[in-house]
Amino acid sequence: MTRDEVVLAVKDIIETIAPDEETANLTMDERLRDQIDLDSMDFLDIVMELRKLYGVQVPEEDYKELASLTGCVDYLHPLLAEKPLHCSYSSSSPSEQTIS
Amino acid sequence: MRYDAIVIGAGLSGLAAAARLAQFDKRVVLLERHEVWGGLNSFYTLRGRAYDVGLHALTNFVPKGTKRAPLTKILRQLRIPYEALRLGEQRFSEIVTPRARLRFTNDFEDLVGGVADEFGGAEADRLRRLGDEIRAFGVGQEDSYELSAREWLAGRLNQDLIDMLLVPILYYGSAREDDIDLHTFSVLFQSILLEGLSRPNGGVRTLLNLLVKKLKAEGAELRLKTGVQRIVADANGDVHGVVLDDGTELESARVLSSAGWVETQRMLGREVAPGEIGRLSFLESISSLDREPKELGIESATAFYSTRDRFRYREPESLVDVTSGVMSAPNNFIADKPLKEGRVRLTVLANYDRFRELAPADYALAKEQAADDAIAHATTLFPDWRPATTFRDAYSPTTVVRYTSRERGAIYGSPNKRFDGETGVRGLTLIGTDQGYLGVVGAMMSGISMANRHALVTS
Repeated sequence: MTRDEVVLAVKDIIETIAPDEETANLTMDERLRDQIDLDSMDFLDIVMELRKLYGVQVPEEDYKELASLTGCVDYLHPLLAEKPLHCSYSSSSPSEQTIS
Repeated sequence: MRYDAIVIGAGLSGLAAAARLAQFDKRVVLLERHEVWGGLNSFYTLRGRAYDVGLHALTNFVPKGTKRAPLTKILRQLRIPYEALRLGEQRFSEIVTPRARLRFTNDFEDLVGGVADEFGGAEADRLRRLGDEIRAFGVGQEDSYELSAREWLAGRLNQDLIDMLLVPILYYGSAREDDIDLHTFSVLFQSILLEGLSRPNGGVRTLLNLLVKKLKAEGAELRLKTGVQRIVADANGDVHGVVLDDGTELESARVLSSAGWVETQRMLGREVAPGEIGRLSFLESISSLDREPKELGIESATAFYSTRDRFRYREPESLVDVTSGVMSAPNNFIADKPLKEGRVRLTVLANYDRFRELAPADYALAKEQAADDAIAHATTLFPDWRPATTFRDAYSPTTVVRYTSRERGAIYGSPNKRFDGETGVRGLTLIGTDQGYLGVVGAMMSGISMANRHALVTS
């Protein structure tokens, strides 16, 4: 996965968790929770989906690293570099169309 | 057999917890002693009629897309679309005491307006400020658990109005007699009066079907007619699993119990202090009508009433206390498909021991008599539905014990809640009513948040 694909992977997970939220206009550096409605339960879900989809374990003390998309990429890219991107749920989501 | 997690009790908290764990590929088994799921919010069929137990209405109503509300949070966590609940809002409900009749809706300002009419504008302003104060608390402030809601309210509102507000709030969730802790009060105030009431079209079955379908789709195992005889813990205080009624052992280092604090301690073979045992139980009658309740003049979706000068919410001396109660008319919620028949449910406080002591031959008659008395008293306040009644069923505290294994039929559980879910045994977590979340939405929130915290988060 490239760094850009990590962004897509995270956005896809957010769309799975919060289908009503629009991820297309998310900025890289602002905190995710300041841009869309995500609370701590949702952050846990991001972590759980990462584990389910990519086998990546994020311990609780590292959740703070995932606050922004840039943070997600910096933290996750080393863990995901060898893994292919796949979007599990939202086959019709805009992000998957971008990928294909 | 070894599991990632064992969940005891297929009520709403257990169903939600199991679904949530299975969603993330945990190997989970959900154990239910009885032949159907639902626990305190369940269903049965009698003479071709479908009945709900527990759920009158869903509290915590918010419109689709509302941010950070309990209802939308649990739906999001379980990936259930809002529309699937088929919620129909109440038009209005009522609180009736000798002092006044107040209407409330899913718009708090309607209640404030009613208070302005009955108690004056200054009191209405105080109620509005109270609403703002409770909104600002949030619903996670557990340090207010030691405070009495009555004492907290005493400086803020007129005593008669306090009594009125406490009727719905105590009836829909207080495990303490005559009062409620401030934390739970604020949670219930928010869920009933600031958010409001709605009903899934199709009743509790709609909700339960969604959860059961969900947990099966995620691969959780649901075992009915499978009671837990005891929970296995070692001398170091770590849980190892459970032993079923038939002697089978199931192993897991994670057990979530929705059985209740007292019931869970008993499964550990521990003694329980008498003060931990809840004493509040209810008699509910369900009348089938030959017409819609509104044709009789019953228009409120729910009516909470007390006919005493001071509302009394405690275990009665006799079978029932008819001087207060809740009347629920499921037909009076907006519905996408009308109900098959008119229904009125009436719930009053009841004494478990008095019902239990009845000789089997006397039980049915005594239960009917108690239901008659409750209805006779309620119809001094509301249009009489007896002439339109074609069939009636009733359930008592002993019925609750039989179908839920909840000690003394105490549907709101122990008066002392454990917000952290801790049981004194590592790996064994309390979920549901005794963890401190109340109501149907609260139960699901409890199952989800305890599953998250104790079985999903890794460090």
